[in-house]
Amino acid sequence: MTQQVPVLRLGDALLVSIQVDLQDDDVLALQEELAERIVSTGARGVIIDISAVDIVDSFIGRMFSSIAALSRVLDAETVVVGMRPAVAITLVELGLSLEGVRTALDLEKGRAILDRLIAERRPAHDLDYLDDDADYVPLDDPAGERARPDPSRR
Amino acid sequence: MTSGDDVVRVRQLVRSKAQSIRLSLVDQTKLVTAASELARNTLVHGGSGSARIEVVQRGGRSGIRAVFSDTGPGIADLDLALTPGWTSGGGLGLGLSGAKRLVDEFDIDTEVGRGTSVAITKWSR
Ligand SMILES: Nc1ncnc2c1ncn2[C@@H]1O[C@H](COP(=O)(O)OP(=O)(O)OP(=O)(O)O)[C@@H](O)[C@H]1O
Ligand SMILES: [Mg+2]
Repeated sequence: MTQQVPVLRLGDALLVSIQVDLQDDDVLALQEELAERIVSTGARGVIIDISAVDIVDSFIGRMFSSIAALSRVLDAETVVVGMRPAVAITLVELGLSLEGVRTALDLEKGRAILDRLIAERRPAHDLDYLDDDADYVPLDDPAGERARPDPSRR
Repeated sequence: MTSGDDVVRVRQLVRSKAQSIRLSLVDQTKLVTAASELARNTLVHGGSGSARIEVVQRGGRSGIRAVFSDTGPGIADLDLALTPGWTSGGGLGLGLSGAKRLVDEFDIDTEVGRGTSVAITKWSR
C-alpha cells in the first residue's frame, strides 16, 4: 500500500489516524500493516483515530473488530477514538455492533483506557513473580537448565 | 463501477449531491453509508455495474435518489437477503437490511440470472 494511512508511535502504542476515504483494499492493507507493526515494535496498544472519518460502513466497521481481535492475540489492546455523532447514529441504525471494540470520545480518553487495559494485562503479582524467579536463578546454571522453582511457592 | 475506487467515487458524489440540497448532516451520513453498502454489493455480488445519482423533487421537497444496477446472478430469496445478519459470503449481512433502514424509500428489482437493481431515496426535511 502506498502509505494511505500513516502509522505513528505514541509511547508504547501505535496511533493510526484515518484522514482519507479508504477503499476496501486499503482497509485490508492497513489491517495487515498494523498486525506487522504490532509485532515488529512490540506495541502494547493501538489507537485508531476516526475523528476525520465521515462514514463507517459495514466493511470498515468489521475492520475495527478484526484489528481489536487481532491485537488481543498479539498481546495488545485497541481503542477507536473520535467517532463523530452522525457516524454513531448511523452505525447503530445500520445494525453494526462493533463487537469487541473499545471506543473513547477523544485521543486523551482513549490513551487513558489503553493505559488501564495494558495495566490489567500485566497484573502486579506477575512482576513479583518475575522478581522472585530472578532470585532463584542459580549462578552455576544461569540459563535455568535445571528444574525451575515452583512459582506457586509464594 | 468496476473497482473499489468506484465505491469511493460513489460515496463522494452522493455526499456532494446531498450537500447541494442541504440534507442535514445526520441524513447525509445515513444516505452516504447506505450508498456505500449498495455500491459494494453491486461490485462484490453483482460483479460490476452502475450507479446513478440524481436530485429529485416531490411536493416541494427535494431528495436524492441513487440507483445501483448490475447484471449479476440476482437474488433468489429476497426476504432472506434482507434478514439482518444473513450473508451468502463472508460479510456481516448488514448491508442490504441496514441500507433499507437508513433511507426513506427502498426498492429492489431482482431476477435470478438477470441481475439486480436497488433504488433508494432520502428526502430533505
Ligand atoms: N447486487 C446483488 N447481487 C446479488 N446478490 C446480492 C446483491 N446484493 C446483495 N445480495 C445478496 O444479499 C446478501 C445480503 O447482502 P448484505 O449486503 O446484507 O450482506 P453482505 O454483502 O453479504 O455482507 P456485508 O454486511 O458486508 O454487506 C448477500 O450476501 C448476497 O447474497
Ligand atoms: Mg453487502
